[in-house]
This record gives sequence, structure tokens and C-alpha cells, in this order.
Amino acid sequence: MRKPLLEVKNLTIGYPVWRGVLRRKVGEVRAVDDVSFTIHEGETLGLVGESGCGKSTAAKAVINILKATVPGVHQEGEIVFHREGGPVNLLQLSRRKMQPLRAEIQMIFQDPFSSLNPRMAVGSMIEAPLRLHTKQTKKERIDRVHWLLERVGLQASQADRYPHEFSGGQRQRIGIARALAVNPKLIVADEPVSALDVSVQAQVVNLLADLQDEFGLTYLFVAHDLSVVHHISDRIAVMYLGDLVEIGEADLVYQQPAHPYSRALLSAVPHPDPRADRTGRIILEGEIPTPLAKPSGCAFRTRCPIAEPACSKEIPPLTPKETGQLAACPYT
Amino acid sequence: MATGETPESIDPPKVDKSAPLLSVRDLATYFHIEGGIAKAVDGVSFDVMPGEVLGIVGESGSGKSVANLSILRLIPDPPGKIDRGEILYEGRDLLKIDYDEMRAIRGNEIAMIFQEPMTALNPVFTVGFQIIETLLTHNPEMTKQEAFERAVLRLTQVKIPDAAKRMKDYPHQFSGGMRQRVMIAMALCCNPKLLIADEPTTALDVTTQAQNMELMLELRERREGGAIILITHDLAVVAETCQRVAVMYGGKIQEVGTVDQIFYEPRHPYTKGLLMSLPSTQTAKQRLHTIPGNVPFIMDLPQGCKFCTRCEEVLERCHTEEPPLHQLQGGQQVRCHLVEEDSIGTNLADIESAHSKS
Repeated sequence: MRKPLLEVKNLTIGYPVWRGVLRRKVGEVRAVDDVSFTIHEGETLGLVGESGCGKSTAAKAVINILKATVPGVHQEGEIVFHREGGPVNLLQLSRRKMQPLRAEIQMIFQDPFSSLNPRMAVGSMIEAPLRLHTKQTKKERIDRVHWLLERVGLQASQADRYPHEFSGGQRQRIGIARALAVNPKLIVADEPVSALDVSVQAQVVNLLADLQDEFGLTYLFVAHDLSVVHHISDRIAVMYLGDLVEIGEADLVYQQPAHPYSRALLSAVPHPDPRADRTGRIILEGEIPTPLAKPSGCAFRTRCPIAEPACSKEIPPLTPKETGQLAACPYT
Repeated sequence: MATGETPESIDPPKVDKSAPLLSVRDLATYFHIEGGIAKAVDGVSFDVMPGEVLGIVGESGSGKSVANLSILRLIPDPPGKIDRGEILYEGRDLLKIDYDEMRAIRGNEIAMIFQEPMTALNPVFTVGFQIIETLLTHNPEMTKQEAFERAVLRLTQVKIPDAAKRMKDYPHQFSGGMRQRVMIAMALCCNPKLLIADEPTTALDVTTQAQNMELMLELRERREGGAIILITHDLAVVAETCQRVAVMYGGKIQEVGTVDQIFYEPRHPYTKGLLMSLPSTQTAKQRLHTIPGNVPFIMDLPQGCKFCTRCEEVLERCHTEEPPLHQLQGGQQVRCHLVEEDSIGTNLADIESAHSKS
């Protein structure tokens, strides 16, 4: 049994809704609604879901950047990080106390074009976290930068180049080198391959898997491409409109999804096989409701093929299913 | 102008089923930029048969979007210029007709939908206004009332609930998936014979993608004879929806075949590489196969075969001699020296072009 590295407990995140010229707060959108999950050392937890499900918000909460980037954000619950010196709740840390922890929890972003500062040479970008978090000499840092560039499949001689001189896939590698620089324990990857061509995606996915083996990394992998997530994840968590609806072993969730939404989601994935059997495809009715008008009780009930009247009364808790995973539906 | 249409029945466009609807012959579109000429499309030929869904697959820089924008003469000039080629549609070469004739075809007989509905739909006009405008432009004898009714009909056919009320809404008041469907409604409002869909589902969630693809196929069935060119990088979507597939790389078509041929008997190393690099929901966790290297910079394309710098089966001659598009038994076409011994001929337009260059 692997040890827990990060425990998210009853996490709720509300984004403020502003109205009017004077920008008064008139309400809140629950982007993440009472979500709990654990990431174990050395594992890859895939977090999937569609627009408005809250997966990106959850990822940013784990990195603890919401207070700094979203004025008025409201965070409840705990994010317990098990570091060498003992567990600590990230949400309660001051900015100063959080700073050293940032060396242990790093992030890779989706857009290789906006996540790199266009005015910085890539070598400097990778060196920056080293300057912040280590006491290495300049020479040690440069050596490390060169080593990192080579490790991610680029060349040390490219350290002086600027981001625009690289392709999307190469920029993503630079982002990975930067995240890897200070030997983090946990890397949160928010859609790291979505913006890349298929052949390049494969290269980056392989790289991430190799680095995980070599450095004992733990990943929280957020994505909407289910094939990629299945490929790289040990366990998968499915979110819908802020709720965690299913979580379990990757193969289990893929082959025998227990929640009606997971079933629909998986059946909607197109298969690159013209002769695949598509007869069981579940096509959902209607649109994903806007998070501003989240349905009461089970959020999925407005589109669920097996919804019952009781579904509108209470939010169903995650319960263990016969097959082994947890799912938030009493009827499957 | 069809008057008997209902939400359930659509009048099919009038199409001659025996001949290709569209024939692209040796199309080349170059961009004249600082530093030289970018040959985005360099000798592309394909046919679109009535009633079919033809998939054009390629990654960034393959030329797939530029090739299709060229069909509708939507290439900005400067810096783009259609260097050569013919686009034969109903006995006319679209590259030679005058501006007004092209305008009558664009949106009316050949329509296009794009990846980002927010950029294709005008944000300052209501959806109803935009569809009505399209209808009236191509049907000057239609009255405003008739156009309104037709627009509502189209919106209903693409499953927009409360269509009449939503005519007054602006694009931003629709969700992403619905905006895409509005765009489909607008593209189909004049009953075009050919619909060109450029990455129509890339920006959508999986469940919305499934809804919209299902809708497009349903409409295609009902618009018997009408064809679709589906441009995408997503091989899974191609497997689900297309009958024939053309694979592009480096501005040229590298392989063409039926969807079964492409997925089960790919002959071109690039096609094989692409298929093998797909993580599939069926396979166990293994290292993904990759195509080594990167797509070459467009100003720096190799002399011979465009794929030679990354091909795992490359021969000496591939670096200097560009292969012609070989025809194989069963109709598959492959631009690769490795299939030479199975070749029963080469694409005529290709040879003509090669001769004219030498």
C-alpha cells in the first residue's frame, strides 16, 4: 500500500460573481464542491471531466495559487501535503510559509505558447526555480540546466534560445524541464498534451512516464483526452460540475464505469477503429448546465438516463461498488 | 427553394451521383513571406464523391486547412497565392471563374464550418440575423418572413430547443456545442451540395463532440447526395465518420484510401507511424510508439520525400527523389518508393506536374 502524499479533504472552492459598476459580489460559483481524494506516492492520478467540472480549479488549488490569482476566491476544506517534516495543510499557510513548499509541488501547463515568458531565454527560465529554492552556485545551476535540457530531449546548446524558436512539443519539454529542476515530489500537469499534435503527444507522454520511473515522481494529471489519461494513470477520478462522481483503478473505471456520467463519457469517446462496435453508445440529451445554475441533489440528474425523483433531494455520497471503485450513485 | 421541408424531412440537394462532386487537381498554394516562399500546399489532388464523408487528416503544418480554404478561394492575397491547379465543380474550374460567380457558390453550394464558432459567427449580430442574411443573399426572391421561417427550421433541425425564441440571441448566449450547431445550421441553410468542416469538434467536450458528430451524420443521411469534407487531426473521429481518407504531410497528399484500408492496411510510413502513436482506450499501459523528430520548418522542407527526415524505413533515394502517388490494387494511393513494385500506375496529375517543373 503506497503512502499518501497529498490528501484533499472536503475541498470547496467558490469563485465570486461580480455585478454592476461598483463590482459588488452578488454570489458565488461553486467550482469545486466538497471534493475529497488522496494521491499516493509514486502514483499518477488522472483527473477527468468536461467543461465546468472543476478539474482545473482543483489542480490550481493543489498548487495553491488561487488566492494569488483569483481575488475574492473562497476556499474551504483541507489540502494536506505529507512532507518529510510531517503533514501540513496548504490552505492554511501564509505566503511565506508556502514558498519553500513550492519546490516540492510543481506545475506543467497546457498552453506551450503562453506558459513560457517570451522575453526570457529558456536556460534562464529553467534556472529561475534553482535560484529561488537552492543555494547552488551559478556554475552548479548552469550545469543542472544543461543536464535538464538533455534529459527532456533537447540540447544544452539551446539554452540561449527564446521560446518562439521552438515548436509546441519542444516548449512543453522546456516546461517539464523547468518543473523538474528543483526535484519536486508532486507535479500537477494541467492538460500538458492537449495542444500538441498526435505524434508529439506520444513523445511527451513517454517522457513523462520515463521521468516518473527515474525520479519517483507523483503526478496529478488533469486532462479531457480520456485515451491519454487512461494510458498514463494508475487511478482515475471523474468530476462533473464540481462534484467528484467516481474514483478508482484506471482500468476499472475505463472498462466498467459505475457512475452513469462516467458511462456516458466513456461511451462518447471515439475509437480509432472503423470496425469497433458502436451500438452501445450513450448520447446524452441536453447541455451541461452552467455552474451558476447547478441542479440540486445530484448535479447529473438533468441528463441522466436513470434519474429518479429522489435524485433531486440529496447529493449522493461516494459509495464503494462491487467492482471496487467508488461512485456517487445509489442506482448502479 | 424547397417549401415542403419540415423538421423531420430535408430536401436533398440535386446532385449527379455518377460523377465526382468536386475534383481538385494539382492544387498548389504558396505564401510569399519574408525569407522566401512557404509552400503550404504543393500539388494536391483528390475527388469528393456525392454522398460521402471524405476525411483529410494531417497534423499542424500539413496544409490541410489551406487546401480547403483554397477551394473556396478564401486565401488572403497577399501573402497567399494559388500557384496552380484546377478545382472542378459542376463543369467549372472554381479557380478561373469571376468573383461574383464564386460568391454565388460560396455559402450556397459549397459551405464551410470552422473550429472556433466564436470567430466564425459575428458577435454583434443575432444568430437569426446572420442566418437570414445568408438566406436572402443567395435567394433574392425570398421574403423576410420566408427566410425567418426557414432559419427557424434549420435551427430546429440542428436540435436547438426553442428555436424561434433563440433567433433573437447573440452567439455568446449559446454554449460552445450549440454555437457549433448554429454554425452548422447557417452552413446548411441554403442546402449546399458540399460541406467543408474544418476541425468541427476539436474545441468541444467529448460528450458534445459525440452529439454534434451524430447530428452531422444524421443530416448527411437525410441530405442524400450531399458530401462532407472533414478536416481533422483526430484519427478516432475519422474512423467513426469517414468513408475515405486522405493523409497529408508537408503540403502533399501522402496516402488515400477507404477508411478500412487506411486503418487496417496503411502503406505509407507516416500513416503507420500516426496510427501506432495513438494511445487507445483499449490497449494496456505500454510505451507509446513515436515518430522520431519534428515536422520540418515549412521553409526548410526536404528535397525528396517530405517525410524522409523522420521515416524509419527511409531509403537513399528518398532524400533526392520525391515519390509519385502510386496507385495500388483496390484503389489505395501511396506516395512512397516502398510500394513501387505493387504500383499499377501513378496519379496522372502528379506526373504532369513533375514534368512541368523539370
